[in-house]
Amino acid sequence: MKEQPNLNYIKELAGEDVEFENKFIAIIKDEFPEEVDIYLNHIVAQEPRAASEIVHKLKHKFSILSMEDAYRFAVIYEEHLRTGNTDLDLDFRRILNTITSYLKTI
Amino acid sequence: MNCIIVDDEIAARAIVKQLCSKMPELDVIEEFDNAIDAIKFLNQHAIDVVFLDIHMPGFTGVDLVQTLKDPPRIVLTTSDTDFAIDAYQYEAIVDYLVKPITLERFEIAIRKIKNALAIRPKANAVEETPDIGEDLYINIDRRLIKLKFNEILFIEAKGDYIEIKTDKEPFRVHTTLKKIKEKLPEKTFLQIHRSFIINFKKIIDIEDNSVLIEKSVIPISRSNRPELMRRLNLL
Repeated sequence: MKEQPNLNYIKELAGEDVEFENKFIAIIKDEFPEEVDIYLNHIVAQEPRAASEIVHKLKHKFSILSMEDAYRFAVIYEEHLRTGNTDLDLDFRRILNTITSYLKTI
Repeated sequence: MNCIIVDDEIAARAIVKQLCSKMPELDVIEEFDNAIDAIKFLNQHAIDVVFLDIHMPGFTGVDLVQTLKDPPRIVLTTSDTDFAIDAYQYEAIVDYLVKPITLERFEIAIRKIKNALAIRPKANAVEETPDIGEDLYINIDRRLIKLKFNEILFIEAKGDYIEIKTDKEPFRVHTTLKKIKEKLPEKTFLQIHRSFIINFKKIIDIEDNSVLIEKSVIPISRSNRPELMRRLNLL
């Protein structure tokens, strides 16, 4: 998946409000790694249903970062997890890694 | 219009708050990361609008809507598109915003709220119920039999008749469920299905789609469920 995150949505929402933009980026930088950790812990603990709950939150971050393909993938993965299926874990982790790398650049 | 934001994600709350800041008529009074704290707040403060996430751990946004006796106008915010149809079964819900929420879509929601506030006055005035005593007379074979309301378990429609189940024995009366409903105190009796009125005080337990009264399992229709949930003193 070659899709790259961006701040288009956040910038549109912020308009001229630089303070909001900076504050929001700080929130994402805080909240995203925490949610990734929770996800990974649930996968390691073989708790797919609990993992689906955090994927639900993470997919919102994908959409905030304008990652439409990743969002659609997460919708499917969330459903898989609810049925106990973790087959898409590796692909999902690639998306998480892409965003983690991106957040270090902003 | 004063409003509160309920969402377990900080980022999601920040977005809604930013959108609210672009609407001069909106005043964000408080934010909550869970439904329980929001319910406590709403029980003590008059709020016009709640921006409410559906998907929260434990107590969901829908649970919140069902729990409040006199909910303010609710705008649901969620990442799920498949809940929209279900959402509109609750009168308090005026709109449904799919994340990420755009300013244009948010403005539409605000217009809907304004319309809802203009059309429907806030239902905080307690309706006066006529004093209808503690009992009911039913006509059985030209005899008027007195039934105390607290003896009635539930009433079932059966064609042209209704059957009144009591602590002691059932009574079959030639009338309709609609007519007897008018004679019953609203505080105690509730229609939970097109064929059933129950004595609320006689409920033993409630499952998803049914209530248990004595040994009878009585169905709850989807449209009547919110009112039932609203009346429950949920812990």
